[in-house]
This record gives sequence, structure tokens and C-alpha cells, in this order.
Amino acid sequence: MAQNYFQKEIETMSAEEMKKLQSEKLVKQVKHVYENVAYYRNLMDEKGVKPEDIKGIDDLSKLPFLTKADLRDAYPYGLLAKPLEDCVRIQSTSGTTGRRVVAFYTKNDVDLWEDCCARAIVAAGGSKQDVCQVAYGYGLFTGGPGLNGGSHKVGCLTLPMSSGNTERQIQFMTDLNATILCCTPSYAAYIGETLKEHGYKPEDIPLKAGIFGAEPWTEEMRKGIEEVLGIKAYDIYGLTETTGPGVAFECSEQTGMHINEDHFYAEIIDPDTGEVLPEGSKGELVFTSLDKEAFPLLRYRTRDICVLSRKKCSCGRTLVKMAKPMGRTDDMLIIRGVNVFPSQIETVLLNEGYQPNYQIIVDRVKNNDTFDVNVEMNSEQFTDKVSEILAMEKSLANAMKTMLGINPAVHLVPPKTITRSEGKAVRVVDKRKLI
Amino acid sequence: MAIKQLTVFIQNKKGTVASVTETLSKNNINLRALSIAETQDFGILRMVVNDTVSAEKILTENGYLIKTIDVVGVKIGDEPGQLTSALNVLDYAGINVEYLYAFMARTEKHAYVVLRIEESEEAECVLAKAGFKLITDADISKL
Repeated sequence: MAQNYFQKEIETMSAEEMKKLQSEKLVKQVKHVYENVAYYRNLMDEKGVKPEDIKGIDDLSKLPFLTKADLRDAYPYGLLAKPLEDCVRIQSTSGTTGRRVVAFYTKNDVDLWEDCCARAIVAAGGSKQDVCQVAYGYGLFTGGPGLNGGSHKVGCLTLPMSSGNTERQIQFMTDLNATILCCTPSYAAYIGETLKEHGYKPEDIPLKAGIFGAEPWTEEMRKGIEEVLGIKAYDIYGLTETTGPGVAFECSEQTGMHINEDHFYAEIIDPDTGEVLPEGSKGELVFTSLDKEAFPLLRYRTRDICVLSRKKCSCGRTLVKMAKPMGRTDDMLIIRGVNVFPSQIETVLLNEGYQPNYQIIVDRVKNNDTFDVNVEMNSEQFTDKVSEILAMEKSLANAMKTMLGINPAVHLVPPKTITRSEGKAVRVVDKRKLI
Repeated sequence: MAIKQLTVFIQNKKGTVASVTETLSKNNINLRALSIAETQDFGILRMVVNDTVSAEKILTENGYLIKTIDVVGVKIGDEPGQLTSALNVLDYAGINVEYLYAFMARTEKHAYVVLRIEESEEAECVLAKAGFKLITDADISKL
């Protein structure tokens, strides 16, 4: 199969050239951050590192890490490296204890993000001949805007569907002959099942490829989606803190995702010691934005457990590959593509006058995530009327929806019914077999 | 005047009702009336027992989430139309009944109705005025 690239020179650059490029960018970036971000300057000063100490990519490990806690402390402008007048966009995700992550973009930042998504679309076989249906959510969530921009750059006819309204998705897909579908893997599976129910056979569906991300999915799920839709399904990775989808993308080999390392330098570290681990080691994935202007995070700890590989890829790309994330170093869950921290549930419960005795139960039924929260009720809350208890459940679910962006099913349960393991309540039961 | 109803919050799971009634029977508590409201997830057990104070203590000790509330107990004749006329009395007075359940007396030709009403004192007044006999906890323990 002939390989196409969106930015061939970068995507197939030799290792030495790439390192040189990354080194040049890093030196400039560290200077930019040190001069413009007091928060990070303080971290560097505390560590006794000056911008002059960073002469190339090999010096990266001298720099301090950033974590989600830093984003929370610096919210909203503390990590901004450009005047607001130079920023043209924000994107956002829910954060721990109610503080959102707000990422800022200059025109150039949006541009490089869209380039990354365009590389992903071309790697999935996309070209200006294609009709690209973007069924990720549009808005603060990065999925829709990112792939939408990438699709424009490739020159695809873009269908900005956003998520939901499956009947309409199917109508546009079949009437306008969409050839590429971009959405979460669970939504792709759902669209596939719905098409099947409507009597469509894989060969009747115009799609040829799908770019699916924002939540964990398995090889079995990939096979299922590929079969029901009659397509090749490609994984895509990203996080709002770094830019959004397109930080890494899959190629025709489907054996891991190429990281756009000219923009985002990846390291694997030991999550306990912070020590950088050699290629092939399993550890925590850390990203450094080499080009971002407005929100350039250096050594941002993603909490994703991952492995990097520089093995030669049959697609011709030389960009380093990351495996599917194998877990988290924190307790974050990804449910229906949305990041959920148990601490957020706890915050809602305390705000609403409940004790933080709860259990989150996540499962995947027919390729869709189910999200249940059991909450122990106390004697002050207990009433003998069913309607009042149902109303309490509804109001808790609404408060959680406001905090998280997704709707849980809340169940009030009697005290001491939540599973305890060695006396400690089990907060999360994840029944999905994703890894 | 009102009688006490013991209310227990349980999960809608196999065996939960039995575990409550077993706890009570082991401690010699006798049930006079029992009603369950259930949803897919949970159930609310509503009971009138011969000794509410002890039952409350025992269930609390056993970790149950309980609440004791006042309900209206009315004695009615065991013949067609008696419940309707009691309910009509409340209806005319603009009093809303949240829920109700009934039980039969063992010896007399009577039935008893337990009514959950927000304005229970007002309800008792109008029922008494209309000639209905209200029952008390003392009556219940003698049943």
C-alpha cells in the first residue's frame, strides 16, 4: 500500500535530524517559558536550573515536572506564556475537585494542533477525496474541534456532526457517503450496531476508515468495530493539557501510535523516583511541548502508564511510537471519553450534604460505558417516601453531571452496604476489561 | 393519638426482607402489619409492631437504617364500603393520603387501616368527628 504523509519531511525525518530539531526547539522553548511563566520559573529556580543549562534535548531531565496539581494551583492564568490578546481559543476539561483544566491557544497553537490531526487523518488513508464525519463532541472538549481542523487541513469535506443523535449521524453518513468517521470507539460501536439494526451490511456502509480515541479500547473492540462497519479502525491519543487529540496517532501498521515528537517530546519515567527510563521500559508518559506558545507545558506528567518504541515501522514514519496506555498512576477513570476522578464524586457528595461513602461502578455493556454511583444514605436523609428518595437520587445525579459533564445513575443504599476490603471501602469497581 | 410506624431502608435484593423479619422474630417482636414499597434498586419496609421501642433499638443495633414516624390508625368495619367512607372523609377535608395499608384483626369483625398523612393530627380530628375509631400504640400492643 502506497504511503501518504501530511508532512512527509517531519514524519520520516532521520533520528539525528529529529533530535537536532527537538534540541533547537527545546532551548528556545525553555527560554520562552522561563521569561513568561513565573510559576515555572519558580520551579526552575527552586531546582537551581537556568535556561542556559538547557543546551539540547539531553538536558531535558534537568527540568522540573508539572502535574495536574500544578494546573490546579495555577488556574486559570498561572501557566499562560503569552498575553491574552495573542490567544484565540481555549479548550477545557474537568479537573480534580471541581477545578477545570483550561488550555489556551494562539493562532499558531491551533495551527500546529490541526496539523497533528491532519497527519492522523492522512495516516488513516484520508485525502481531499474523502468525506470526514466528525462525531466527537464540539465545544470545550478537544475532540470535535481538533479533528474538524485536521479534516479541513487535509481538504476533506467535513461533516461537523458533534456527538449524539445517532439517527441523524446515520442519515448524513449514508446520504453524503462519509468515508472517514471520527468519534470515541464506544460511539463508533454504537453507530455500527444501530446501522446493523437498520439492516445495513458492512459493504453497504460507505465508510473506509475510523479514527477513534479519547477513551481506552481493546483489540477485541477494534475487531468488532472493523467488522460491523467494514472499515479499518485507527487509534488516536491526546490530552487537553498538551493540545488535544493528535498528540499521537496510528498508522496502517496498527501497532501503536506515532507521537508527533517534533511538537511533543515524550519521556517515560519511573513514577516513584521521576528517573527517566530507557526505550522499551514501562513507566509514566511525560510530555514536553516544544512549540506551543500560549500554554507550553514542560515535562507534564500524564499519569498514563506506557511504553515507547523506536522500532522501524512499515509505514515509513520515523516518529517514535507509544503503546496504548496500560493504566494510570492515579485513580482517574475514563468513562465515555470523559476523565473522572473519584475525588470529584467526593466533592459533590460533601457539597450536597452526604457523607463520602460511595462506590463508583463502571462497566461496558454492548460497547457502551455504564456509570453507576452507589451512595450510602444516613438516618437524617432517610424518608419513608419513595418519591423523595428518587428525587434525592436525581438531584445528586444532576450535581455530578454538572461537575463531570456526564450523567451517572445514582443509587442510594443503606449504610455499610458498600464493599469493604480489609476495612477500607472500595471506591471504584471497574468491570471493563480494557487492558 | 397516632400510632408508630417503623420504616426500614433495604436494598431490593434477595433475602433482605427476611433478614429484617428474622432479626425481629429472634427478639420476640411481633409484626402487626407490613407493607413494602419498592423500586428497582431499593425497598422501603413499613411495619407496625407490638413493641416499637424495642424493635427500633434492635434494628439500629443491627445496622439497619430506620426511621420511626407517626401514622394514623383507624378501625373500620369489615364490610364493603368502609374504607371508602373513611377516605371520603379525608378527601372532603382536603387531606392527602401519601400511602396506606390495611390489616385484619384476629378476633373482632374489624379491619385496621394505617394511613400515612402529613397533617396527621388534622386527619385524626376529622376521622374522629365522622365517628371513626382511631387506634393507638396501646391498642396495637394488645392486639
